[in-house]
Amino acid sequence: MADKYDVILIGAGMSGLAAGIRLAQYDKRVLLLERHYLWGGLNSFYKRRGRIFDVGLHALTNFAPRGRRGVPLTKLLRQLRIRHEDLQLGEQRYSEIAFPSERLRFSNEFALFESEIARAFPTEVDGFRRLTSAIFEYDSFAPADPDVLARKVLSEYLREPLLIEMLMLPMCYYGSAIPGDIAWYQFAILFKSFYDEGFARPEGGIRPLLDILVKRYKSLGGELRMKSGVAEILRTGCGDSQRAAGVRLDSGEELLADQILSSAGFAPTMEMCGAEMARKVRPTDRGQLSFNETVIVTDKPPLTFGNYGAAITFFNDCETFAYSSPDPGVWGIDTRSGVICSPNNYAAKEPLKEGWMRFTALANAEHWEQLAAGPREEYESHKYAASQAFLDSAARFAPDPRPFEIDRDAFTPHTIRRFSGHPRGAVYGAPNKRLDGTTDLPGLFLMGTDQGLLGVVGAMLSGISMANRHSLQPTA
Amino acid sequence: MTRDEVTLAIKDIIETIAPDEELVGLNPDERLRDQIELDSMDFLDIVMELRKRYGVQVPEEDYKELASLTSCADYLGPKLEDVELKVGC
Repeated sequence: MADKYDVILIGAGMSGLAAGIRLAQYDKRVLLLERHYLWGGLNSFYKRRGRIFDVGLHALTNFAPRGRRGVPLTKLLRQLRIRHEDLQLGEQRYSEIAFPSERLRFSNEFALFESEIARAFPTEVDGFRRLTSAIFEYDSFAPADPDVLARKVLSEYLREPLLIEMLMLPMCYYGSAIPGDIAWYQFAILFKSFYDEGFARPEGGIRPLLDILVKRYKSLGGELRMKSGVAEILRTGCGDSQRAAGVRLDSGEELLADQILSSAGFAPTMEMCGAEMARKVRPTDRGQLSFNETVIVTDKPPLTFGNYGAAITFFNDCETFAYSSPDPGVWGIDTRSGVICSPNNYAAKEPLKEGWMRFTALANAEHWEQLAAGPREEYESHKYAASQAFLDSAARFAPDPRPFEIDRDAFTPHTIRRFSGHPRGAVYGAPNKRLDGTTDLPGLFLMGTDQGLLGVVGAMLSGISMANRHSLQPTA
Repeated sequence: MTRDEVTLAIKDIIETIAPDEELVGLNPDERLRDQIELDSMDFLDIVMELRKRYGVQVPEEDYKELASLTSCADYLGPKLEDVELKVGC
């Protein structure tokens, strides 16, 4: 076959696009494959009734002003040669962690969070300060102990159980694939990305950011093929000398490459390599945690109808926080805790005219898959009822947008799986991460969710660092 | 390229990969890392740009030769002797 690529990338999400830009920038012949008809993966968008809905974007964490040194956003922009001003980032007003007995506010100024901790937990000021310095000194991008869990470490610094729960809640919701806990290094990365860096929103949502990435990738000569799912990863050689040689698409077409970088997740990628490799997948290689989301569009902004100014509210309705795939229960979701966010509450050159509020709940993937396999109407009515139950719960922590509602859309773990390919709709992938990106098959590497970096900025850094390490380093 | 041109070539590459850094007034004998923000990802880019623009290969064991502008000129001078300077790519 004449067509041979240097690198084939599986999945045109944030990691695949970023890796593609890096490789095309250095004249690699690179092909980016995507099964869906739109790019973005877990951070895509869709149109309904004339409105554009973002799929995954709550906030761009890791906000840093232009030129701030040594932080992920600055590194990423340099590596991709994108100008800070092109992202058109608008900073959040503030966000909050809300429990029945206490609320902690934070913004892009770390001092606010520190003073909130001092106000609510005066006996923990010293412990929190020591915790913060431990986090800043910790090399979270090259963790020496990736298996250590955050709850254990937090309990070494803090004594107030409520403070520990309040610190765990947002970190779990924004990046843990582990029920009940989060890896310590992930906690450290997220902590910095929330409180020391901060939240922002690209003006116009995720779509303009994706446009920048796709345009840059193509202008460098990168090839992008949509509706091109990979059915199989082709191997050459046998036994120990086996290595990745290319892919066979769903259509049957075969494409050859020296290297393959996959963002499909470890388990699905192994399953593409045939039965022998698929046998190596363990239970910890499969994610369990997924979410339902409901987006409510209102005729006026939440600040106007409810004096709601938070970019994000992380809420939990009791003193302890349970982070796990809920029992199917009545609605297949956990109504006790969740995330409320409003894109209206970010600075913008052109403020959104309509109000938007997004509600995120832990959901039971099997429950929703079973419903989706049944009659459409039943699935839809169940989805609506689950949304209503969750909105009732969330109304205890933020104003209820329903009296002002003009449009609504909701998705479930089934929707996430269908469009992103992540099994069980597990948006944070498998508990077991593979930080070096290698697999047992030479020439095949992982990037994205199961490599270990999460969020919009994290996923792009994952693509960049895996492309650098495995495809660009002169010794590679 | 003359020795001065080699320095110019390096500065132009740094300007491409780190457009937000101030390059005027760099001390040629001091480590670049100590004067401006350059991490290992940026050094990889310097090496990749040298290959892309001038066809020069810098093996990993020689990365240390790129520490300062002077050491860059010492190391790259002979390799770039017959190559023409390209600025602003």
